[in-house]
Amino acid sequence: MREKLEAFIERMEQAKSLDDLQAEILGLRDLYDVENLVYHSVNSTGEQYAVLTYKPDWVSHYIEQDYARIDPVVLGCFQRFNPVDWKRLDWSSKSSKSFLKEALDSGVGNQGFSVPIRGPQGQFALFTVNHNCNDDAWARYTEEHVRGLILIAHFINQKALEIEGSDKPRPVRPMSPRETDVLTLLAMGYSRGQAAESLSISEHTLRAYLESARNKLGAMNTTHAVARALSQGLLVI
Amino acid sequence: MLRYIYASDLSAYPKLQETMFKDRAHQFHTRLGWDVAVDTRGAERDEYDALNPLYVIWEMRDGSHGGSMRFLPTTGRTMAAEHFAFLADGHPVSNPRIWECTRFCLGRQAGPRVSAALMLGGAEVGLGFNLSHALGVFDARMIRIYRRLGWGPVVLGSCGNGRDRISLGLWEYGQAVRNKLLKTAGLSDELSRHWFLRAFGRDLALTETG
Repeated sequence: MREKLEAFIERMEQAKSLDDLQAEILGLRDLYDVENLVYHSVNSTGEQYAVLTYKPDWVSHYIEQDYARIDPVVLGCFQRFNPVDWKRLDWSSKSSKSFLKEALDSGVGNQGFSVPIRGPQGQFALFTVNHNCNDDAWARYTEEHVRGLILIAHFINQKALEIEGSDKPRPVRPMSPRETDVLTLLAMGYSRGQAAESLSISEHTLRAYLESARNKLGAMNTTHAVARALSQGLLVI
Repeated sequence: MLRYIYASDLSAYPKLQETMFKDRAHQFHTRLGWDVAVDTRGAERDEYDALNPLYVIWEMRDGSHGGSMRFLPTTGRTMAAEHFAFLADGHPVSNPRIWECTRFCLGRQAGPRVSAALMLGGAEVGLGFNLSHALGVFDARMIRIYRRLGWGPVVLGSCGNGRDRISLGLWEYGQAVRNKLLKTAGLSDELSRHWFLRAFGRDLALTETG
């Protein structure tokens, strides 16, 4: 198991795109010897990405019925962060009982374990393994694999964030009009003194705007900040 | 008794909620003079309370707050990363098996066993969720408490001198620590386990036949 896991991590390291990642995540199903696996990520701007092995009919039915509203796995993991066996979730309501029955009839296994993940900047993800077996077998399975599952969940999430981050600019906090003004003038070749004078602010205040803009852009210095803002189309000059 | 409550569920315990944030104001603002925000109703809250943290709370007989601490996973936003990065040489801890513990607070009426019971609650969280360590920032006054309870941190970095010295540390979870804290707190294994399972659910078969 350990060797297989290491080999998996090595292949994951090589993943360059979300398609590569998807193939590796699907491969995990064999590695962990479970029937279903789900990785679902929601980033700070609300964009979603999911890899899952449930039957397409069930997935489209779930989306159509908006079952995320009543799914005890979603309700029990969204906003929380402790890993949880599905048995410990609240299945007592009538709607979740009938939801469960439908899910089981559609090929979802009767056992599940979910790991909620909190990432940087409000990003959120959920990693789930799902299987069909009796309670004792599942208890032995989770006992043996829980630590590995927690680590692999976070490893997948980090890789997904890394790939997303290299595909497009990091989600940034929007710059204030004053911050944009300062960067715009610097991008036009003004000195700090000239820029401050044009905006009728002190050079000290200008430096404060510059510093917060640099932070928001994740830039190393002023030149880097101007370059980033320009390349992201935030400045009009 | 020990309560484990996510912020989103706190409103179901109005008295506990109100007295916890008031006791925090008393401890951190009035007594220790920290630079924390206290609202007009005398409650101390910060931006991390808004991230739906998990609180471990000692509830007194009358339903009020006896002591508490707050957990957030280190893979998300933490105080250690955002306010105390200088204690970690600019490399904040981010690990799925390490959660940060902040706002360790003792109520004004808290007896000597409450701090042990709270630390026990922290240990239950770690063992229950397969964590390896708790991460925390602490000041000089806490060292004595940790020493008395027999569960001290490995120090990752420190800053300042004397009473003003603050440090970043990792507490390792383990069964031996839990046993020691059970003894100091004067609580049984079964009772502590019961409180934890009451909060996070017992194993129930999903289907009749299994």
